[in-house]
Amino acid sequence: MTAPATSRARVPSPAGLLAALETVRDPELDEPITALGFVASATVSAAGDAQVRLRLPTYFCAPNFAYLMVADAYDAVAALPGVRRAEVVLDGHFASDAINGGVAAQAGFAQSFDGEAVGELHQLRADFLRKAVMAGTDQVCRPLLAAGADPARLRTLTLGELPPSQPLDRLRQRRAELGLPAGDDAALLIDPVTGDPVPADAVPLHLRRARITRVSFDANGSICRGHLRHRYDSPGLGEEEQQ
Amino acid sequence: MYEKNGEKYFVVDSHMHFWNAAPDNWVPGAEQYAKGWIECFHAYQGLGPPETHWSIEHFQKYSEDDLMKDVFEDGHVDVAIFQPTNLKEWYKEGFNTTKRNAEMGRKHPGKFIYNTNFDPRDSDAGLEELKRNVQEYGSIGVKLYTAEWNNGSRGYKLSDPGAYRFLEAAQNLGVKNIHVHKGPTIWPLDKDAFDVSDVDHAATDFPELNFIIEHVGLPRIEDFCFMATQEPNVYAGLSVVIGGLMYARPKFFAKVIGELLFWVGEDKMTFGSDYGIWEPKWQVEGFVDWEMPDDPDLSDYPRLNTDSKKKILGLNAANLYGIEVPPECQLKNGGTPGAQEVLGQPADAHAASGA
Repeated sequence: MTAPATSRARVPSPAGLLAALETVRDPELDEPITALGFVASATVSAAGDAQVRLRLPTYFCAPNFAYLMVADAYDAVAALPGVRRAEVVLDGHFASDAINGGVAAQAGFAQSFDGEAVGELHQLRADFLRKAVMAGTDQVCRPLLAAGADPARLRTLTLGELPPSQPLDRLRQRRAELGLPAGDDAALLIDPVTGDPVPADAVPLHLRRARITRVSFDANGSICRGHLRHRYDSPGLGEEEQQ
Repeated sequence: MYEKNGEKYFVVDSHMHFWNAAPDNWVPGAEQYAKGWIECFHAYQGLGPPETHWSIEHFQKYSEDDLMKDVFEDGHVDVAIFQPTNLKEWYKEGFNTTKRNAEMGRKHPGKFIYNTNFDPRDSDAGLEELKRNVQEYGSIGVKLYTAEWNNGSRGYKLSDPGAYRFLEAAQNLGVKNIHVHKGPTIWPLDKDAFDVSDVDHAATDFPELNFIIEHVGLPRIEDFCFMATQEPNVYAGLSVVIGGLMYARPKFFAKVIGELLFWVGEDKMTFGSDYGIWEPKWQVEGFVDWEMPDDPDLSDYPRLNTDSKKKILGLNAANLYGIEVPPECQLKNGGTPGAQEVLGQPADAHAASGA
């Protein structure tokens, strides 16, 4: 695969390569694959040939999410100025061959798993982004409630009225990715499917759902990290401990 | 039975196994799957206390004596429920079949309950086998693993017409309890294999069956909880929750237990050690000692008292399986309401305490 036009740009540094991989998330956990420890190695030759090896917590991790991570990593690395050729390889997975071959050939998911899938993974990705929006809502709302905010008042808040924070940026970004309202005048509490503001009587349950969705992400992430540590002795590139 | 501070806990281990995953049982040509599967299980054991870890060789194949000691002698368990997993595409004699479980269990009368299983893709032959198993082993429960590979298929849904045919047949044969475990591969692969909406449909359409969702729907605990509040016959099987989180991630354990208590309720949560992944001893002892930490972040979750722990560790499962509980282990008081009742009240009570 040859990256377009920019092949004369300087070859990216190791830090540059890692930064590109940091933009790739595990859609199921909503965390960067680097922080999760999924990047086993990432190198780029003087000529601009990048090679990335990914690893996952188990041999049987869900193949659809695995495919998305390999394909997204490929796209992120191939788009880097100075990269002439990108190769992303997933090690140690029952579907490694189908995934690696499919991504290298830019075949798409359905063709890579011929007969086993009826469509591409856009819907799956969107479903999990909606979960990420719910979990992010809890992250933003919890400190407000802890500081004494009345839940009923949260409904009237807009994103622009909130103090700046990393969770807020993240929530805006996830909402924007889904095409949901993410500007300053958008309501803090919205339905993650329709984007409509949450009605007053639905606020308590909405906050509870937001909370359990975040608990779920966190619990899954901790189990995945435990598996990965058991499976591989050394940390991945850019790996971070869970908070 | 486990006794602590004068309280007696009747322990039903409602989810455990007796498997052979050693190389002598691997199907030629499928060795990588057989190996990958047991290694994945072994990694789960890594989430328990280090002194309870086993070598991979021991883990692949433990003996009858190991099981009797770990589960009953040391593990405080009164009655254990075998949950089979066939996986015959990868393991020659199956991974952990009803037959293997019963051959071993029958040497120890009164200790075991033999659940069986079925696979709707096995059609008429599968129905016959289900009937034989129920008659032979007296099964009143089945364990379903919806992501099992079968003849090129990577799984099925509980809402498939074929599955309904089996659920109906099972019910007619006297089966009461359907344990469901979701796994990562199911057709079609572009959908979320862990989605629990098929269980929702089946639970609505078979109101006389109980559906115990093992591992509380992990990794989709949120979907499971929303569903469980609407279906009175859906239960939360705690296998993996206690074993995988209580020691390794105590804060997340507290949150998950808090969520389950809120959405599902202590009357519908059942202990399962998932032995041989984890030994029951440290799980039972740790759970009896466990209290919701005094942390503002957890302050609005329901609390567990001694009675709640008695229910979860044994009495709830004893109810589901008609197991006789000695009088000294029964509850002195009633319990607290499950999620349905709680959610029926003005919802402000919960959200207001979101701090």
